[in-house]
Amino acid sequence: MTALLETRGLTAFYGDFQALFGVDITIAEGETIAIIGANGAGKTTLMRAISGVLRSDPETILCRGEAIGALAAPDILARGIAMVPEGRRLFPSLTVEENLLVGAYGKRRGAWTLGGIYDLLPILKERRNTPATALSGGQQQMVAIGRALMANPDVLLCDEISLGLAPVVVRDIYAAFPRIRASGAAIVIVEQDIGQALKVADQVYCMMEGRVTLSGRPEELSRDDIHAAYFGAPSHEHA
Amino acid sequence: MNMLDTIVQGVLLGGLYALFAAGLSLVFGIMRLVNLAHGDLIVLAAFLLLVLVSTLGLNPFLAALIVAPVMFALGYALQEVLFNRTLGKDVLPPLLVTFGLSIVIQNGLLEGFSADSRRISAGPLETASMGLGPVTVGLMPLMALLSAVAVVVGLNLLIYRTALGRAFRATSDDTVTAGLMGIRPRKIFAVATGLAMVVVTIAALYLGTRANFDPTAGPARLIYAFEAVIIGGLGSLWGTLAGGVILGVAQTVGASINPEWQILSGHLAFLAVLLIKPRGLFPRAVD
Repeated sequence: MTALLETRGLTAFYGDFQALFGVDITIAEGETIAIIGANGAGKTTLMRAISGVLRSDPETILCRGEAIGALAAPDILARGIAMVPEGRRLFPSLTVEENLLVGAYGKRRGAWTLGGIYDLLPILKERRNTPATALSGGQQQMVAIGRALMANPDVLLCDEISLGLAPVVVRDIYAAFPRIRASGAAIVIVEQDIGQALKVADQVYCMMEGRVTLSGRPEELSRDDIHAAYFGAPSHEHA
Repeated sequence: MNMLDTIVQGVLLGGLYALFAAGLSLVFGIMRLVNLAHGDLIVLAAFLLLVLVSTLGLNPFLAALIVAPVMFALGYALQEVLFNRTLGKDVLPPLLVTFGLSIVIQNGLLEGFSADSRRISAGPLETASMGLGPVTVGLMPLMALLSAVAVVVGLNLLIYRTALGRAFRATSDDTVTAGLMGIRPRKIFAVATGLAMVVVTIAALYLGTRANFDPTAGPARLIYAFEAVIIGGLGSLWGTLAGGVILGVAQTVGASINPEWQILSGHLAFLAVLLIKPRGLFPRAVD
């Protein structure tokens, strides 16, 4: 069976600087995977490569067996891969509702509509005519997630959605995830919050310095393994 | 009484200037591109209208309906093959390329049509006028002003009420994230420049029927358009309309004092606005 989305020996460069060294990741239909790692581990670069913001060698990223590594972002979206970018990147000239509607620009049909998003995240309906960047950080993150869902993705890439948010706000945002999973979308969560990642993921990948250093099902991974993969040295204080 | 007439004529003239400026304002608002060939493209459209009107005997308004899609296609192609390559962090390449295009268009028109000044005949409409209270207004200048208002209303509806308009604004905010939404910024820019060229066709219709023009008339039109955009504030189409009207009124008031002061007083009004409100009268809230 071919995977929904797969990277094979994916590399990435910023000029002379190599950010990814042969990354292999596999996502099945409807699966939720978490990619954890410290700052600079290459998680965001991986998301940028998959979403087409960075171009790669065609054969290093496969979607249902099709080589998509060299495609531009709009063509990646057309294959059902939508991204919630790091830092949210809402459009400041647009209201909350307009930001959501822009998410549907690619016109992929599916279960998610404006009404469905408002049902999932009711606060957005209350604030729908507000300029998007006037919202609180947590609400802006909800807009970014809703905007990506409006494309009715088969794969939802979520890059650092809890970064800079209070724990209670993060909990509210993650509360929406069971319903997103129920819609059938596979989810890729990039997190520095390991606890959150282990809670929601079917499969965890840990990255360090542009390489996958550990992968497995959350229940199979010991705390020490994760610590070593995350920081590059075994844990002493928590052993 | 006489002053009222002067101001009314100035407002009507301002409608024409707003038409010159609206396309420039649209393109700048979406992609921060200053098209130095804008005036020459107006003159090019005027010559296309002239050819249709003089050789086929078409009504100028009907001719404009034919020229508009041609100019849209020209604008789309120019953006796609030329201007898109110049957009980036550096502001100099688009200025140099559009300046070069301006020279190419002027010389192309000189080759094709000679340096003679021309005029598009609008028949009896040219001299038609109507009483409006104590003043008499020409029908064509009045239609130019109404067209300018219609263009601004139409473009604002497009920008604020349609999916294409949302894509314009989203691309203007952030091209990379717009790409993640399935928007192709280069296509969006090409459509925007195409639309600007439709507005240019409308401007050319009133330019060509109002006064004489020749292949070198473009740069002066560009200056008026540019001043109207700056007076109104970058990115605001209603501001651009107001800017055109202020420029027109300043010119007719100056001319009523001394005919030689018409152009000068327009430029002085522009400088005065820059001194008092450097960002224009109605700058956009963002950036």
